[in-house]
Amino acid sequence: MSFIADPINFIARWLTAVLTGWGASASVTQLILFIISAGLLAMGPLVFTILLIWVERKIGGRFQDRLGPNRLGPWGIFQPIADMLKIFTKEYITPIGADKVPFNLAPILAVAAVLAVWAVIPLASTVYGVNLNVGAVYILAVGALGELGFIMAGLGSNNKYAMLGGFRVVANLISYEVPMVVILLIPIMFSGSLGMNDIASSQTTWNVFLAPLAALIFFITQIAENARAPFDLIEADSELVAGFNVEYSGLKFGFFYVADFLHSATAALVFSTLFLGGWRGPGAETYPVLGFVYLVIKSAIIYFAILHIRFTIPRFRIDQMMNFNWKFLTPLSLVVLVATAVLDKLVPIGQTLLRVGVMWAANLLIWLIADQIVKRVSKRQAVPEVAQPRPLARPPQVKTNDATGGEA
Amino acid sequence: MKLIFLLTALVTVGSAIATVSARKILHAALWLVLTLLGVAVLFALLEASFFAVVQVLVYIGAISILIIFAVMLSRSSLVDEGSQTHRRWWAVAIVLLAVVIAWVAALSLWPNWSTVSAALPAGAGDLATLGKQLVDPNGYLLPFELSSILLVAALVGAIYTAVEKKAGQA
Amino acid sequence: MIPLSWYLILAAVVMFIGLYGVLTRKNLIGALMGIELMLNSVNINLVAFWRYLHAGKPEMDGLVFVAMVFVVAAAETAVGLALIISAYRRRKSVDANDMDLLKG
Repeated sequence: MSFIADPINFIARWLTAVLTGWGASASVTQLILFIISAGLLAMGPLVFTILLIWVERKIGGRFQDRLGPNRLGPWGIFQPIADMLKIFTKEYITPIGADKVPFNLAPILAVAAVLAVWAVIPLASTVYGVNLNVGAVYILAVGALGELGFIMAGLGSNNKYAMLGGFRVVANLISYEVPMVVILLIPIMFSGSLGMNDIASSQTTWNVFLAPLAALIFFITQIAENARAPFDLIEADSELVAGFNVEYSGLKFGFFYVADFLHSATAALVFSTLFLGGWRGPGAETYPVLGFVYLVIKSAIIYFAILHIRFTIPRFRIDQMMNFNWKFLTPLSLVVLVATAVLDKLVPIGQTLLRVGVMWAANLLIWLIADQIVKRVSKRQAVPEVAQPRPLARPPQVKTNDATGGEA
Repeated sequence: MKLIFLLTALVTVGSAIATVSARKILHAALWLVLTLLGVAVLFALLEASFFAVVQVLVYIGAISILIIFAVMLSRSSLVDEGSQTHRRWWAVAIVLLAVVIAWVAALSLWPNWSTVSAALPAGAGDLATLGKQLVDPNGYLLPFELSSILLVAALVGAIYTAVEKKAGQA
Repeated sequence: MIPLSWYLILAAVVMFIGLYGVLTRKNLIGALMGIELMLNSVNINLVAFWRYLHAGKPEMDGLVFVAMVFVVAAAETAVGLALIISAYRRRKSVDANDMDLLKG
């Protein structure tokens, strides 16, 4: 295996050789390599976030017909670094009556919960943090730790707006966990394993072709878990002050900021691993570095989709959000799970085209039925008309035949 | 290995004591989270990694957050000043301490008391085997189905009990 | 390696700390936390017994029971907290001493 094909393992082997050459025992070498790789895996995403913030602001600017950051460096690429320096030098303010330990622990938990997901994602066929045999459940579990961070931030701040924000975010996250867990069973079912490595490597046909509706639901729940628009009412500036992080300043706020941006990239990474085949692609087995490139490309596309939704769709109300989850997504995901499980057993594994065709047909059918039900129900619960339509203003010299003064 | 166990045990027992003795009920809930995390580490030490992860997911992600919600919903009546415990707590403590010592002494007569674990054989603790046993009619199918009924009953019962009845409704 | 007794002692200690919490806490939610501690100590015992005495055998009784305990704990917390919230609505208190409606 040459350096070009698999650089990470090449460096690891070289380091092992050097360290044993210096007289270190095998276990010490192993420990040093573990520490180095764990440090890289933790620091890498954090540094990567600097780029992510710039990307998000730049794309957001373009969506809203602005330039985005454009002063510092070429295309404003150093803007996040300047922001970072500013946030480092800000004063920490601890509100009176705050619960010190939860208040200070919360930002750390929020970032750690996002970073911990990276430990089980296979970045290439040979490069991964750890091949945990319960990786998929592990992702859910560290998500739960993140929730704990948010609720601690809300409770520790001694501020009723922070507390309301904390409750909202946790209610949101817990609710959307239900369809997410149900849908997560589908890739697990296809691969027959809970390990992320097995799930990625077993996808000779990408799961998105076998379970398109499941992929769509998972995508929606990932956006909701991330509390991005249209599910961003937890930090709705016009209603709550800023959500659970209102009392935070300086680097402590920066932690939440980083966790937020990193979370959407992580969601894209998890989605591509579960449904888009992860590192799989032509030539990825022989040249693991290619697998990494494929994963980055897939994640970037999903990330762009998340950004596109964030900047184009208006915000839900909380009752709409809860109704959407409990009355639409949860039943739909249960139906999809059962249908997929039955069809998976009925259609033999070998015939890929037949499997894909049957799955798409079933998913389309489920979608059409769900759509009809939603239309019927929403027609029955029609929004009551509270006022007459307002006549449009028009200059007096324009004559139209339209009594309401519609546009000429 | 022993060091990790001792550290975890210390954290678990310490935070358990803090859970039952913390003056603010909210702090007690946070200490409970630390205890549950310690138990998860113990599960990982016992090579039951699935249950370690599920412990974090179910206990920390669901149960303790539910408890924190309940604490906040009933906050206005909480008097954090003054004793949070029954007035004869010392009697309970003495009796329970005696019981725990007697209990451990009685257990130490048991022949398996100081068994040391053998290396885990390959395939033991396999989740597929566990899953098959759960849905095997000769295995645990009945308890499995009963537990799902229990969960649905708890869900319906909890919602019915906790929901605020509006005026005019039964 | 760690002998089985260490886990048993730890579980016993956690069990009785939980019992102490149930018996002495005035706050009902605090009592519920004590019950959680007791259930957890049972889980430690079950997993330890599986690991030390049953790991080679095909039946996984210990782990199945742990799964059952998880289910029971979740149901118990949900219903218990719902009852506490409901009682709080009526009596504006979560103190066990105030729940004395049946006292003559």
